[in-house]
Amino acid sequence: MYTTVIGLEVHVQLATKSKLFCGCSTAYGAEPNTQTCPVCIGMPGSLPVMNEEAVALAIETGLALNLQIAKFTKWDRKQYFYPDLPKGYQISQYDLPITHDGWLEIEDPKGAFEPKKIRILRAHLEEDAGKSLHDESAGKGDTLIDLNRTGTPLLEIVSEPDLRSSAEAKAYLTELRLLLTYLGVSDCNMQEGSLRVDANVNLHIPSDAAANDDNAQDGKIATPIVEIKNMNSFRAVERAIDYEADRQYREWKETGRRLGQSPKQTRGWDDAAGVTRAQRSKEESSDYRYFPDPDLAPVVISAEVVAKVRERLIELPADLRKRLVADYGLSLYDADVIVNQGRPTVDYYLTVADGSGDAKSSANWLTQDVLRTLKNRELAIEEFSIPAERLSNFVKKIGAGELPSARGREVFELMADDGLEVDAAMDKLGIAQVDDSEIESLCQELLDANPKVVADVQGGKQQAIGALIGQAKKKNPNIDPGKFRATCLALIAKG
Amino acid sequence: MTLVEQSAADLLKQLAAGELTSRELTQAYLDQIEQHDARVGAFLRVNAEAALKQADTIDRRRGAGEQIGVLGGLPVAVKDLLCQTGEPTTCASRMLEDFRPPYDSTVVAKLKAADAVLLGRTNMDEFAMGGSTENSAFQPTRNPWDLERSPGGSSGGAAACVAAGMAPLSIGTDTGGSIRQPSAFCGVVGMKPTYGRVSRYGLVAFASSLDQAGPISGTVADTALLLQAIAGHDPRDSTSLNAPTPDYTADVDKPLEGLRLGVVKEHFGEGLDPEVDSAVRAAIAAYEAQGAKIVELSLPHSRFAVATYYVIAPCEASSNLARYDGAHYGRRTEERAMLASLQAERKAAQEAGDADALDNIDTALVRMYRQSRSEAIGPEVKRRIMLGAYALSAGYYDAYYLKALKVRRLIRQDFDQAFEKVDMIVGPTTAGPANKLGEFADDPLGMYLLDLYTVSANLAGLPAMSLPCGATKSGMPIGLQLHAPPLEESRLLRAARMFEQSGVWKSKRCAL
Ligand SMILES: [Zn+2]
Repeated sequence: MYTTVIGLEVHVQLATKSKLFCGCSTAYGAEPNTQTCPVCIGMPGSLPVMNEEAVALAIETGLALNLQIAKFTKWDRKQYFYPDLPKGYQISQYDLPITHDGWLEIEDPKGAFEPKKIRILRAHLEEDAGKSLHDESAGKGDTLIDLNRTGTPLLEIVSEPDLRSSAEAKAYLTELRLLLTYLGVSDCNMQEGSLRVDANVNLHIPSDAAANDDNAQDGKIATPIVEIKNMNSFRAVERAIDYEADRQYREWKETGRRLGQSPKQTRGWDDAAGVTRAQRSKEESSDYRYFPDPDLAPVVISAEVVAKVRERLIELPADLRKRLVADYGLSLYDADVIVNQGRPTVDYYLTVADGSGDAKSSANWLTQDVLRTLKNRELAIEEFSIPAERLSNFVKKIGAGELPSARGREVFELMADDGLEVDAAMDKLGIAQVDDSEIESLCQELLDANPKVVADVQGGKQQAIGALIGQAKKKNPNIDPGKFRATCLALIAKG
Repeated sequence: MTLVEQSAADLLKQLAAGELTSRELTQAYLDQIEQHDARVGAFLRVNAEAALKQADTIDRRRGAGEQIGVLGGLPVAVKDLLCQTGEPTTCASRMLEDFRPPYDSTVVAKLKAADAVLLGRTNMDEFAMGGSTENSAFQPTRNPWDLERSPGGSSGGAAACVAAGMAPLSIGTDTGGSIRQPSAFCGVVGMKPTYGRVSRYGLVAFASSLDQAGPISGTVADTALLLQAIAGHDPRDSTSLNAPTPDYTADVDKPLEGLRLGVVKEHFGEGLDPEVDSAVRAAIAAYEAQGAKIVELSLPHSRFAVATYYVIAPCEASSNLARYDGAHYGRRTEERAMLASLQAERKAAQEAGDADALDNIDTALVRMYRQSRSEAIGPEVKRRIMLGAYALSAGYYDAYYLKALKVRRLIRQDFDQAFEKVDMIVGPTTAGPANKLGEFADDPLGMYLLDLYTVSANLAGLPAMSLPCGATKSGMPIGLQLHAPPLEESRLLRAARMFEQSGVWKSKRCAL
């Protein structure tokens, strides 16, 4: 039917200790207006001074997103009146952003869409505004302003309209967030406003009218672009896009209005009601009167600076996934699960796999038992009671047959509960290795006592051995069922 | 000679020798202010108690043999645009009538560190916009040489207080000539240093790329002394120049050998007052007599300077003054009355069934901004905010702002080329002597032309100064302007001193 066309603008708070143009702290959650100074509250006469670390973090992100790093960039003022904007303008970057023209690859391990590169138009630095707190408790309707956040460095990452579904949009955001947290350039905490998303959405609808429409492509006409704001979770982004696509289709059928026939509209997402709502046309019409900030010198970024930042660039999620598939033989699905947990989990996995020499089994224990335990206990991997070296020994023991895999889970749980080494846990559970002669004598004893089973096996029904396994385990819980079965069959064959 | 007629350099010698205390000196200036400022109106506020206390501290420290800063207890007046902790810093605007900065501007901090006695805050055109100090929201300042005339602007108070012997030294700011033009009108010495030589931190911005604080005083040596105290790199101002500060006071008396002086033909065209013309030509002849070589030059783009300035400065001003919104700083309109009138407007539109009118009524927030700014900002400042907002708006940006930036580069290029041929440019500071008060009340464009010879230095970022070089028959001072290449303040001061010593013109304080 129609194609949904989506471009995302993501605002990311950079993890600098101080603000973009002054020395104030960027820590979250302080008492209102305690992290301010004459500069960030725009006091008359105050002047901004650029934070070099914010520039370095922007370059680092740019390199990870395959963006071009500008050799020359500058600061511009974006002017508008708003109570939480103390200077009456925001210092941002307009025509010469610090980075431009790159891409991020998205891939769905479940195959819901083909892997694709989403082009990124630009990522530029800007300062954040403050926060308006509406105090209606006393029935006064007062608005109070908290300027702690004012001047916090943001990186605005603007994608091209390359996304075609809410699922792709979510995958893009997930991958972007993962990459940024891997780099450590942002904590991407949406509750604290460290990551905020606006979505530009419209539809391409096959129509006969396309023949005489300048904006039409491939026989499809485009609906007017809508910018959706105020989404505070990835789930909300998905829902808002799906809602908006449906709404635009209905509107198009009703009005036939196309791109170019009405200005870009801004709509807010009402999460509780599950709808987007038009904002007043006055609120959206804007002439920001951008011009270069005369208080800040343009920034020349030398090749040396870029090289220095490149040195601190670490292995990115996409590369890690490829390495886990190619060098560790994992499925893309498993690799994705591990990498998406974040770098500490990847490091944990690499230690377990390298130490045990069994990459696949290490992945199974990690993605199933470890992650489930962490989830139940609401722990981070760094807090887990089985360190990677210990799990590595555990996996190794199972692989070597020194620990019967059937009792592996018991041992694992004891290790997790009591923080024991694998040997200690096995001792505590009384798991001892049973030697071959002991197995053989137990087989002989049970075969002698069950001639029917022997006869059934000889008649071709090998599964009849199953009836003896329960008895064998009762006599010796450490018996490995596989080994027991194989030994019994060998004895019967010998006669 | 009374204390207030002496030069700062002479007073400093007496202070250093223990022949004079800072308290005695400060008291002498306070007395002079007490006696005359009611007529002149140079000061917005004088804090006698604080000044005397500061003077006492310096005297006590000197008595104890402590090291004293370069200004050694000399009183200094500060234009009411440079933030000073706890002191109202009003910019002569109702908007900032109650603003008390919690911090010192770098200039004020440096004055304190140099052991100046901060005498008071001088009057100015509101937010430094104007050329006559009549655009102050609080009072006009009068020219001490003729109380019917303007002292010039926007640092009219800063120049008038020195001319009237109410301060030996004062700090002004110069965005398009605001130090040099009033210095010329009041017969004192004033310098706009190279852009970035003196920190702008704490200087309430009018046009950031043009604003520059600088010294005003009675003599060239005193100007060197005050510049010495306030110049230097400041990490809190990104546009501050990271260049060493020369020893201006030590160098000022060394004449310049083989000086090549540029005379710009565009400075002597139509509109130049004949008395100014002849005084300036006499000054040029005095240089020639001392061995300077005169080179005739052209600055072809200087005729666009005023137009360029009146695009760039208002653009920056419209942005810099946006922060005075009634929400964060300065005056807020009386909200209860505002909300009531808003409600009445809504009700009337509703009853008339006028949907369009209803839709056009402000939100409470927009009305608060609109009304607060409307009430607290004066007409000249409003005019410039509107000019700037218009020139920066979509569709006009390229035609005005961007074009002005290009012309600004050409103006700078003219100077660069000129300074390949000459060491200094000499000419008039203003086209005529001080105008009558009220002369430009209905002629803003006429006022803008007062900046004809001074704006180029701001657009090009060059150092320039004005010093007295004569007087009209009616006794009004005439200023001589010198321009030098960037960071050549030392050369400017030495050349100015050469003229001062030539004996062609002996400047004096006016008698009140
Ligand atoms: Zn701050």
